[in-house]
Amino acid sequence: MRTIFERPKTLIDKPFTYCPGCHHGLAQRLIAEVIDELGIAEKTIGVGPVGCSVYIYEFFDLDFVMGAHGRAPAVATGVKRSLPDQVVFSYQGDGDIAAIGTAEIVHCANRGELITSFFVNNAVFGMTGGQMAPTTLPGQKTTTSPLGRNTEVQGFPFKLGEMLAQADGSAYIARVALTNPRLISQAKRCIKKAFLTQIEKKGFALVEILSPCPTNWGMTPQEAVRWVEEKMIPYFPLGEIKVKESGSHAS
Amino acid sequence: MAKAKVIINQEFCKGCGLCVNICPKKILTIEDDFNSKGYYPATIFDEEKCTACGFCAQVCPDVAISVYRE
Amino acid sequence: MERILMKGNEALAEAAIQAGCRFYFGYPITPQTEISEYLSRRLPEVGGVFLQAESEIAAINMVYGASSTGARVMTSSSGPGISLKQEGISYLASAELPCVVVNMSRGGPGLGNIQPAQSDYFQATRGGGHGDYRTLVLAPSSVQELVSLTHRAFYLADKYRNPVKILGDGMLGQMMEPVTWEGVELPSLPPKSWAIRGKGDGERKFILCMELDPRELENFNRKLEKKYRQMAEEDTDWEIFGEEDNPDLLLVGFGTVARILKSVVREGEKEGWRLSLLRPVTLFPFPYKPVQEMAEKAGRVLVVEMNLGQMVEDVRLGVEGRAPVHFYGRVGGMIPTVDEVLQKIADILRGEAQK
Repeated sequence: MRTIFERPKTLIDKPFTYCPGCHHGLAQRLIAEVIDELGIAEKTIGVGPVGCSVYIYEFFDLDFVMGAHGRAPAVATGVKRSLPDQVVFSYQGDGDIAAIGTAEIVHCANRGELITSFFVNNAVFGMTGGQMAPTTLPGQKTTTSPLGRNTEVQGFPFKLGEMLAQADGSAYIARVALTNPRLISQAKRCIKKAFLTQIEKKGFALVEILSPCPTNWGMTPQEAVRWVEEKMIPYFPLGEIKVKESGSHAS
Repeated sequence: MAKAKVIINQEFCKGCGLCVNICPKKILTIEDDFNSKGYYPATIFDEEKCTACGFCAQVCPDVAISVYRE
Repeated sequence: MERILMKGNEALAEAAIQAGCRFYFGYPITPQTEISEYLSRRLPEVGGVFLQAESEIAAINMVYGASSTGARVMTSSSGPGISLKQEGISYLASAELPCVVVNMSRGGPGLGNIQPAQSDYFQATRGGGHGDYRTLVLAPSSVQELVSLTHRAFYLADKYRNPVKILGDGMLGQMMEPVTWEGVELPSLPPKSWAIRGKGDGERKFILCMELDPRELENFNRKLEKKYRQMAEEDTDWEIFGEEDNPDLLLVGFGTVARILKSVVREGEKEGWRLSLLRPVTLFPFPYKPVQEMAEKAGRVLVVEMNLGQMVEDVRLGVEGRAPVHFYGRVGGMIPTVDEVLQKIADILRGEAQK
């Protein structure tokens, strides 16, 4: 029997605590697959967020550090500066990276920290029950924008990938989605490139991963996937936003 | 055609239905009965027609599906 | 023994290097910026890492990250910056991570001013952030003590797996005094087997700061409680200056104020007073029992601080009503003078005589 698909080794064999249809599980599976393919599990340290994936450390057979809300890039900086030969990645949601932690991720990118950051964008604050996030789309109804996001009063959605690409320290910025197998394969390639950016010392790498949130959007998983395709991707275009081929990095 | 095997861990499955949606052969469905967590898991009802494309496993957010081919 | 004239901030920074600190994350704020500037030069010389963070919040979280790998790491700030760090310090205590946090206090509240003050005593000794945790707090009173207590701070942080604060003030940071660099003898400590460095071929490890099961979280808090009791039993420190057996009045003060009170003790002799000064060196754990013993001997206590009355509450707790506790404070960066304190003592003694 040839194995077409199996759980990656670094992903621990226990059920995910995420909602049905949430793409945290997909994103984390892809990260585990890439870590296995690159053979770096022994030297990889993850830094987790506060949010739906606060228990991320339960699912990876890796050393993990849990930090305060939004501060993962700063914690990861502390870890990487202490252990420059290890591979350090951070994993955050909308609130963590684009609200409370915006200063930390911007400066992490600006310094060209040799870490790999993952941003799961579901256009709401998931864990706390679906409030408006910096990434909420205009007109989108959430528990703190019950009439729909009014850009005159509540501003505009945040394009974090494009913003971080401005920093000279950013070497690889990509935005992906996981709504069908083709996009999943593309996403996995971007995740691998993001890790290699760190390993080859090119600079800071970030992959923004669009995700459905069926529970807080009030949709079935299939409807939520369609909402990512029809509403989110037009606003948050997929692709490699920045690719720096060579790095002049001395971190 | 080569024989394909699809194993769905029905205790890990949350019945999200994304695999049912994506299967090009339309041979996955949701069970009538629920698992120990109360989810109605997915199941393959016509494995003969399976081509082991792996799409179901690829889109499963719970890594509940394994796919093999002889 | 060679004595070098050094500025307080720089002596503290050099002491950190000599204590094995190889990581510093900080942000400029007067009156402690020299610590950052000194370490920006010195740390690369010893193969360490200096990083000026984008904020005091980022800095304390970088400390958290580096500490979780087992390194000796420090940050420093003053008033407003220390307030920003409180969430991070709570997390460090929760994750049981060692580190040293230096506060060279300035006038507050708000932006305040850049003159010395002691108004961060509550913040330092009552945890400072959210939750039922504490940190050791060391209160140096001279530049030489900035050196010896910095060494001790790193040792205690590792011994207890807890953040340790050094509570100085702008005057100590800026003044220059002779310093000797004799080696500091401290007991050896076990290796940090809890540190995360990549699992290698072993089992994975975590650094965590959350426990959703209330029974487990209570157990964890009780574990911290035990730790703090051990701190009180083993590492409380204070100094008695002046009359030890039969004082007429007990003075209590820490840091810069204690220096002034030593002059008050000497000057008081001219008035015929036998004064005693109890100078807490650890503000947490606080020397409650020595305070009580000396207060009973003296029959009256005068606490002097550069705030509206913070340590005086701990003194009252220690004295337990066995003697009247008076307070004299100057705030906003104003420094109490020897004459002001002598006058206050005279008022206290006259007040009693008139009853």
